Amino acid sequence: MTRTAFVSACAVLLIGGAALAQEKPGQATVEAYVKSTFGKASPEWQARIAPDESLTVCNLTRNNASSAEAEAMIKRELARVTYPADGKLLGDWKKGYAVANNGRGGQFSDPPGTAAGGNCFACHQLDPKEVSYGTLGPSLAAYGRDRKYDAEAMKDAYTKIYNSMAVVPCSNMPRFGANKVLDEQQIKDVMAYLFDPESPVNK
Amino acid sequence: MKLPTIGAAVLAAAMTLAAGHLTAQSQPQQSPAQDDSEKEIERYRQMLSDPFSNPGFLAVDRGEALWAEKRGAKNVSLEGCDLGEGPGRLEGAFARLPRWFADSDRVMDTEQRLLWCMDKVQGLDTKDVVARRFAGPGRASDMEDLTAFIANKSSGMKIEPQLKHAKELEMAAVGEELFFRRGGVMDFSCATCHAEEGKRIRLQGLPNLATPGAAAQATMASWPTYRVSQSQLRTMQHRLWDCYRQQRWPVPEYASDSLTALTVFLQKQAAGGEIAVPSIKR
Repeated sequence: MTRTAFVSACAVLLIGGAALAQEKPGQATVEAYVKSTFGKASPEWQARIAPDESLTVCNLTRNNASSAEAEAMIKRELARVTYPADGKLLGDWKKGYAVANNGRGGQFSDPPGTAAGGNCFACHQLDPKEVSYGTLGPSLAAYGRDRKYDAEAMKDAYTKIYNSMAVVPCSNMPRFGANKVLDEQQIKDVMAYLFDPESPVNK
Repeated sequence: MKLPTIGAAVLAAAMTLAAGHLTAQSQPQQSPAQDDSEKEIERYRQMLSDPFSNPGFLAVDRGEALWAEKRGAKNVSLEGCDLGEGPGRLEGAFARLPRWFADSDRVMDTEQRLLWCMDKVQGLDTKDVVARRFAGPGRASDMEDLTAFIANKSSGMKIEPQLKHAKELEMAAVGEELFFRRGGVMDFSCATCHAEEGKRIRLQGLPNLATPGAAAQATMASWPTYRVSQSQLRTMQHRLWDCYRQQRWPVPEYASDSLTALTVFLQKQAAGGEIAVPSIKR
């Protein structure tokens, strides 16, 4: 009797397991689908959608990394941040505006060699006079002024732009420097757009 | 019947502004120019809500003719094509696609099934049809026209995702995984933009498709649509192609399984939504 009950309980568990497995497909199944749709792309394009260690964690946890994973991620991503050798974090805010306003680059429709922009306005308010801004990220209006142009705040912002996941694990924001979307000068110029007292962001 | 290009451009710009007005109400007072745009948009909207003014219905008409046209090595029409409701039965077929088909043992969306029927029923070499998958200036798309015609036959019906067969369930589950899968140089997934309420890119509102309900219903029930900014009728195949482009992913293969999986997942989120197609969008 007891034994029958035990076997039944096991059977129920197995069925439950099978139902769950159906809910969450195996990684090999998902990869096969990805291959069926993107498998003809060039190796260079394929590499772009091969998740690195951090993105693998973000995908598996849907951006809710455990505290241990988050800690490891911050360490790993921080090691990928390169600060300017000359120690200067701010470039030209006018050029920074151009980078923030440019949404081109990295799309399969872009001609080869297209200079990528940061497309900051797609997700953030920056210059309060600009009407066309997105809301996926927080408003960055008066960013430098609100932080009293503090040196530490500048370094933190540089780190965030260079590699968002070095600051916020599984951040939705692109890792602009680490993923080589923007180069150092472009990041410096965007930094100036955020931190130069003359920038419209701070007016 | 076709909108003049300038009119279409004005409408596209105006509708973008309208989206801004609706979502960005915290903005300071509107300029007189914006007020004028508002009136123009409303006028255009009313004009285009009339089915006889929506150029998307031209695609429906072309699709109807293509459906009945004898083509391919077998010189037969597509009327022998089974879209899930039986050969030639169109009413409600689109509302239940994608679905599993016994003859191919595959889950197929409308376009995949059409390509299958062209090959098996008509004996048609689909190379040219696939080359013209997305219409452009002076290039009609049989696939977009046929899909518009087929979808229109489900207008007024409710989205009924088919989730009985094991392969349909797999499609829905994989589609969900793909929806949340991040990649590309920007680390973007579908969910980056479509997992929260009331968000927008620039001024464009973004439907939250991560949870089932009204936003997903309104989205899925309004494709295929006539895109004013492109002066073409477009189907979900084009919408997902364009989403992956903006996500900085590689070009997705047309009528391939990840796109169908995403469509099954989205139909699941949109279950019960009342189909009204072709619609008209920016």
